[in-house]
Amino acid sequence: MITQATDRPWLATRIYRFYRDGFRQMTVGRTLWKIIFIKLFIMFAVLKLFFFPDFLATRFATDTQRADYVIEQLTRPDPAMFNPSKEDNHD
Amino acid sequence: MIENLDLGMVNWARAQFALTAMYHWIFVPLTLGISWIIAFYHTIYVRTGSEEWKRLTRFWMKLFGINFAIGVATGIIMEFEFGTNWSNYSWMVGDIFGAPLAVEGIVAFFIEATFFAVMFFGWNRVSKGFHLFSTWMVAVGSNLSAVWILVANSWMQYPVGQAFNPDTARFEMQNFFEVALSPFAVNKFTHTTSASMMMGALFIISISSWYLLRGRHVIMAKRSIVVAASLGLIASIFTIFNGDESAYQIAQVQPMKLAAVEGLYEGQTNAGLAVFGVINQDKKVYDSQPAFTGFNVHVPGVLSLMANRSFGSFVPGMKDLTYGNAEHNILGAAQKMELGQKAVASLDAYRQAKKAGDAAAAEVQLAAFNENKVHLGYGYLNKADEAVPPVALNFYAFRIMIALGILFPLIFIGYLLFSYRGSLERKKCLLGLGTITYVLGIIASQAGWIVAEVGRQPWAIQDLLPVTVARTNLTAGTVQTTFFMFLVLFTLLLIAEISIMAKQINIGPEEN
Repeated sequence: MITQATDRPWLATRIYRFYRDGFRQMTVGRTLWKIIFIKLFIMFAVLKLFFFPDFLATRFATDTQRADYVIEQLTRPDPAMFNPSKEDNHD
Repeated sequence: MIENLDLGMVNWARAQFALTAMYHWIFVPLTLGISWIIAFYHTIYVRTGSEEWKRLTRFWMKLFGINFAIGVATGIIMEFEFGTNWSNYSWMVGDIFGAPLAVEGIVAFFIEATFFAVMFFGWNRVSKGFHLFSTWMVAVGSNLSAVWILVANSWMQYPVGQAFNPDTARFEMQNFFEVALSPFAVNKFTHTTSASMMMGALFIISISSWYLLRGRHVIMAKRSIVVAASLGLIASIFTIFNGDESAYQIAQVQPMKLAAVEGLYEGQTNAGLAVFGVINQDKKVYDSQPAFTGFNVHVPGVLSLMANRSFGSFVPGMKDLTYGNAEHNILGAAQKMELGQKAVASLDAYRQAKKAGDAAAAEVQLAAFNENKVHLGYGYLNKADEAVPPVALNFYAFRIMIALGILFPLIFIGYLLFSYRGSLERKKCLLGLGTITYVLGIIASQAGWIVAEVGRQPWAIQDLLPVTVARTNLTAGTVQTTFFMFLVLFTLLLIAEISIMAKQINIGPEEN
C-alpha cells in the first residue's frame, strides 16, 4: 500500500496527463478545436480589432467624459431625429 | 453629434443584433436541454453497467460536444455589438449587467471548463461516480451560466432594483437580490430551461426516428426515445404552465406587448384569446379599421383569465395604452410622454445647474426629475403610437410558438405510447414527423425569442430607454458592412455544424 502511494504521480502530473491523453485521443474533437480557434481568431483578431471598437472607450479618456457624453445624448436629443416614420419601426 | 445621426442605423443595428442572437439561440437551447438528458443516460449506465447504455451515452455526448463547439463564443459577438452599436445603452446598464455577467463568467469557466473535460475524457480514467458527477455538473453549469444572461435580459424587460444616477448617467444596482430574483427573471429562467429540455428531447427523437426508419441502431434509438420522450413530456407540460405565468407577468409589466401579441386594439372585459386570425396590416392604433381581416377565432374570457386570473376582468388594448383610458385608470403613452419630457427637461436643467455651481437649483431640478423618472423613456418618443410594437410579427410568432408548444407533448405521448406497445417501429408516419420535430422546435424557440424581444419595442429598457437613444452615433453603412460579414460567418459555421453533425449521425454509435 505504501509503495503504491509513493509510486503514484503528483496530482498536477496526473491532471496534466489526463488532459494530454484526452486531447491525443480526440477524433472529431480535433476538427472542432480547429473550428473554435479559427472562429476565435476571426472574432477577436479581425472583428473586434477592426470592426467593433468600443465607441466610448476609444473616443474618450475618462469615465467623466463618457458620462458627460451620454448625458448630452439623453438631455439634448433633437426630436426630429427620432421620427419613427423614417425608421419603419411599425407594421 | 446627435444632429448627424443616421436614422437607418438603429434598424440595421437591431437587425444585426437579431441575427447574432437568433444564430446564437440555435445552439444554446440544445446545449442546455440535452446536457440533462445525457446525464440521465449516463446515470442509467452507471446503475445498470450495461454497455449499450454506455455506447448510447457516448454517442449523444459526442453530438452535444459538436453543438457546444460550434455555438461556443458566438454570444461574445453580442458584447462587441453593445460597445460599438449600443454605446449609450452599454454605458447606462454597465453597473447592473456587470455583476451578473461576471458571475456568469466565473461559473461558466470553473464549472463548465473543469467538468466538461472530465465528462469527455473521463471514460475508464476516473471513477464511475466522479465521471457521472461531472456529467451532471456540466448540465448544472451550463444552465447556471444561462441564469445570468436571463437575469440581465429580464431586467431590461422589468427594470427593478435600480436607481438612475443623473451625474453618471448610469442605472445603479440598489438591490442585487431584487434584480437576480425578480419574478420576471425566475419565470424566464424556468421557461427557457424547460423549453430547452424539450429541445434536447426533440433533437434525440429526430435522430432516433431517422435511425428507426432506416432500421439502424434500433435498440439504441428505442432506448434513447423512451428517456427523451419522458423527460420531454414533463418539460413540455412544465413549459405550458410557466408560459401561462409568463403571460400573466407580461400583462402586469408589459401590457402593450400582450395587447400587440393578441392584436387587441380596443380594451375589453371578458377578453377573448385569439386562436386564429389574419391581422389587418393597414390598421393603425388611432383609426377605426378592424383589427383582423376575414375569418378569426377567439375564445371568450381566456385572455382576461391569462392576464388577470379572472374571466370577467378588463384587458387594456393598444389604443387604451397609447391614448389612455380614464374609466379604467390607465395612463396612456400620450400622457406619459408629457411626464417623460418633463423628466428629460429636469435632467437637463439639473445638469446645467450643477455646471453653474447652483446647488439649490440643482436640488430642485433633481426632485422634479425623480418625480417623473419612471416615464423617462417616453420623453424621447415623438408620437404616442411609437410605443406600439410591430403587431403582425408578434401575433404570428406567438401563435406559431403556442401551436408547436401544444403539438410537442402530443408527439412525446405518441412516442411513449407506441414504445410501450412495442409498435413504434411500424408507425412510419409518426417517425416521419419525428425526424423533423427538432426543426419545428427551433422554429418554436426562435418564435418565442421574437415575442420576447420584438414585443418590447420600442424599448431597450422597458419605459426608460428607447432603442433610438440607446444606440451609438454611427452611420448605417458601418453596421451594414458587419451585418453581411456576420451573415457569411454564421452561414459558414452553420454549414460546418450541420456537415460534422450529419457525418457523426451517419456513422452512428458503433464507430464512436
